[in-house]
Amino acid sequence: MSTLLDTSREDASKRDWQHILHFDAALLFGLLAISALGLFVLYSSAGGDQQLVTRQIVRLGIAFGGMVVVAQLRPQWLQRWTPWLYGLGLTLLIAVLVVGDVGKGAQRWLDLGFVRFQPSEMMKLAVPMMVAWYLSDKRLPPTYMRLLIAGTLIVTPVLLIAVQPDLGTSLLIASAGFFALFLAGLSWKLLGGLGLLATAGAPVLWHFMHDYQRQRVITFLDPEQDPLGTGYHIIQSKIAIGSGGLFGKGWLNGTQAHLEFLPERSTDFIFAVLGEEFGLFGIGVIVVIYSFIIVRSLYIAAQAQDTYGRLLGGSLAMTFFIYFIVNTGMVTGLLPVVGLPLPLVSYGGTSMVTLMAGFGILMSIHTHRKLLAT
Amino acid sequence: MPIRVTIKDYLFESHLFMQRSVQALIFAAVLVAVLIGRLVHLQVLAHEHYITLSDDNRIKILPQPPNRGLIFDRNGLILADNLPSYRLELTLEQIRDIDATLDALSKLVNIRDVDRKRFEKLRQRTPVFKPVALRFHLSDDEVARFAINRHRFPGVDIVAGLSRHYPHGPLAVHALGYVGRIDERDLQRIDASDYSGTTHIGKVGIERTYEDVLHGTVGYRQVETNAEGRILRTLVRTPPVPGENLYLTVDAELQSVAEQAFEGKAGAAIAIDPNNGDILAFVSQPTYDPNLFVNGIDTETYQALRDDDKQPLFNRALRGQYPPGSTLKPFVALGGLEQGITSEHADTYCPGFYRLPGKARKYRDWKRGGHGTVDLTIAIAQSCDVYFYDLALSMGIDRLHGFLSLFGFGERTGIDIIGELPGLLPSRQWKRAARNLPWFPGETLIAGIGQGFMLTTPIQLASATATLSKFGRHLKPHIVASTQQYDDIELTPVPVEPLADTPVEDLHHWTIVINAMREVVHGKRGTARKIGEDSKFEFAGKTGTAQVFGLKQEEKYEADKLAEELHDHSLFIAFAPVDNPRIAVAVVIEHGGSGSAVAAPIARIILDQYLVEKPS
Repeated sequence: MSTLLDTSREDASKRDWQHILHFDAALLFGLLAISALGLFVLYSSAGGDQQLVTRQIVRLGIAFGGMVVVAQLRPQWLQRWTPWLYGLGLTLLIAVLVVGDVGKGAQRWLDLGFVRFQPSEMMKLAVPMMVAWYLSDKRLPPTYMRLLIAGTLIVTPVLLIAVQPDLGTSLLIASAGFFALFLAGLSWKLLGGLGLLATAGAPVLWHFMHDYQRQRVITFLDPEQDPLGTGYHIIQSKIAIGSGGLFGKGWLNGTQAHLEFLPERSTDFIFAVLGEEFGLFGIGVIVVIYSFIIVRSLYIAAQAQDTYGRLLGGSLAMTFFIYFIVNTGMVTGLLPVVGLPLPLVSYGGTSMVTLMAGFGILMSIHTHRKLLAT
Repeated sequence: MPIRVTIKDYLFESHLFMQRSVQALIFAAVLVAVLIGRLVHLQVLAHEHYITLSDDNRIKILPQPPNRGLIFDRNGLILADNLPSYRLELTLEQIRDIDATLDALSKLVNIRDVDRKRFEKLRQRTPVFKPVALRFHLSDDEVARFAINRHRFPGVDIVAGLSRHYPHGPLAVHALGYVGRIDERDLQRIDASDYSGTTHIGKVGIERTYEDVLHGTVGYRQVETNAEGRILRTLVRTPPVPGENLYLTVDAELQSVAEQAFEGKAGAAIAIDPNNGDILAFVSQPTYDPNLFVNGIDTETYQALRDDDKQPLFNRALRGQYPPGSTLKPFVALGGLEQGITSEHADTYCPGFYRLPGKARKYRDWKRGGHGTVDLTIAIAQSCDVYFYDLALSMGIDRLHGFLSLFGFGERTGIDIIGELPGLLPSRQWKRAARNLPWFPGETLIAGIGQGFMLTTPIQLASATATLSKFGRHLKPHIVASTQQYDDIELTPVPVEPLADTPVEDLHHWTIVINAMREVVHGKRGTARKIGEDSKFEFAGKTGTAQVFGLKQEEKYEADKLAEELHDHSLFIAFAPVDNPRIAVAVVIEHGGSGSAVAAPIARIILDQYLVEKPS
């Protein structure tokens, strides 16, 4: 991986097609590899439904296209427009609570006449951008006062999304904001204090949770108590993964997936199909590629020349990791069921576009660096 | 200055960010390690467990019930078979409007409220793609009417199954028994897995006794299903093995003639081949139709059968316990001879009554004036009671009990039909244990003429008669001759357990008794001489009239004045031909009156049917 080991300073002679097109070849390779493997798994989990796979390919095309477009935007331009984007997102979040459509029992969608979209998706990018923007001209590590302000910038949209209710997205946005603060130098003391506070606050949180959210937690703690009801997802998912063994049952041969025992097998639980058909070996390959993308993203963030780029890039990298670990943790029964897809593999549109826009920002940060004098 | 500060901050902050990035990476690495650990646990360590769960998910075992074995008589006439029976099934996912369909169907087939209720109940717990039964046992007319209108009812089907059927209805029902739906009590005595998919089981009679043979072995179809339970394909098929067919020793024609000979009287008759213990006819009257029980008898019909005065459900041949009366006399006489207590020509004077020495009480003879001087042959031929009072007293109860037990009195014959009762052969020990009383000499007297405590079943009487006819050759009576694999024509004989033969002291003694029994039928003054008059062959017999009602000392038995249930039982035992017996019978007619008048003619009909119609 020579690209990974690039020196931080490059002269004009080393400028190549990557810089001209604003691509990062290593990151692009990782993302394409995951997407390609994901299509294979999806073809199987969809039971050979070619239409569904075609739709996923179209989405991937749109998402990669979006990434390319975003990569062309200069970070400085992004930085300038950050407060406006954040303000717009917040306004739309409030709007969605007032006039939004109800889908699957939660208010998430805003119908703009020509397109329905979820403002919460926008906030996945807008929140880490806003935190990075706010801290970009401040001394780091930030003071308590500034942390409080940054914290407010995070918590406000998180709460607005949590009441929709969309636990997965609010968790993701909270972690995006948190990692921006953590990378900015949030003190360990404060972190410990927040941890204690969170533990103490859990019962209060419990009090405000919806019944179905509580049920998810109960199910997580003991899936066997309701094997045909809410525990069914986790039990069947564990059976699928466990029965895959070292090398899996083979592509298109997963009985759990193909005989429809595994619910949500093309969307949130597609990781179980991977585990069933390709075994520990296949999962290992996927985990290596995901890890490569995360490490490369963090490296890009570390190479950034200003605070805004570093914090935003690092936060996006860690958000991607959270996506991955929460989904796999949920599917393997380590975490409660929160509706987060496996990035780039699960069938579904909106979140993929946002995700790839994030990678576009990373590429933009990496390829718009100024040459600094020594 | 501000520039200097910026550069300094830049270096510090860059270092801080590097440090935090590494910490974040470590955090991520730890979580990934936990994930890998979890995956290793699921996919390597607990792999076998989850493979099992996965297979349990998709593989279902569907039982394939075996066809029940058929039952034939000794000549291959079918007595119990399996008939196709049609049921009406609805597959809900293929039916648009259930209520409309039910209404339309009710115009073609009879759908009662109970059918609808059961259907609604079944419907709740059946997936939409699986058929739900609406009606069972459609009549031919209903099947035909539906078949014509089949096109109007998508999702409604007629399905054929097999149902037990007894083509001759009540014929030999007390031997055959019947099958019925498996209930709670049956489940306690069977291995439920052997009966997966089977709905019926033998309840009584041969159907019950030979349940294991008739049932067969359940087969299985291993199928792969999806999460909804829809069958996708068959993985393994283990076909069921049908039950074995049974060939009975019973001759259905003889059975039918014997049953008709009863002309509605309550009683029992057993015919045995004394050469091998084959039961030739097994009659218990009155009877009932076993087909009523196969698919659940309705309450009214059942109550009518249960409360019938003549008790058609009661198996008299196997469970009816009657005093043998005078039919016991040949056995008592043989005991006297074999034990050296009396001899062929030892005379006894019969004045019409008997007194124990030193006692005033009179033990009467059935013939008021008495028989005068009698020897053993006359005593049997004319059924002299006084002779046997005297003989019994000389023998004493212990020797009487000992000798009679050699013929199987007082114990089950062991016939291969469940439910046999043992009768009762009294002894000192029995009386002490059962009544806590000593044995009185008067009881020995009446035991000598088959009255008092003694009870026998018709099957016991027939078996003892057969043993007597063959000079002590004691065979266990049996009713199933052979079994037959479903795919075979060869018959496998059911082994007959040999019993200890009745010991013989002197064959001449047996000849004396058998000759005396011949005199009963063919002698000038024999009690059953009427049935011997025009007989085409020689046979030996003995009448019996068993008292149900004890008379006072000087009272006279007058049938007209007594209620029917107090009338004497009429008994007759016989075998023929005398010199080479091929059939032995015992007939008991409840409250029939005298043995010679009622039971003997029925025995004659049975013997004629067997020997005249089918000469050897």
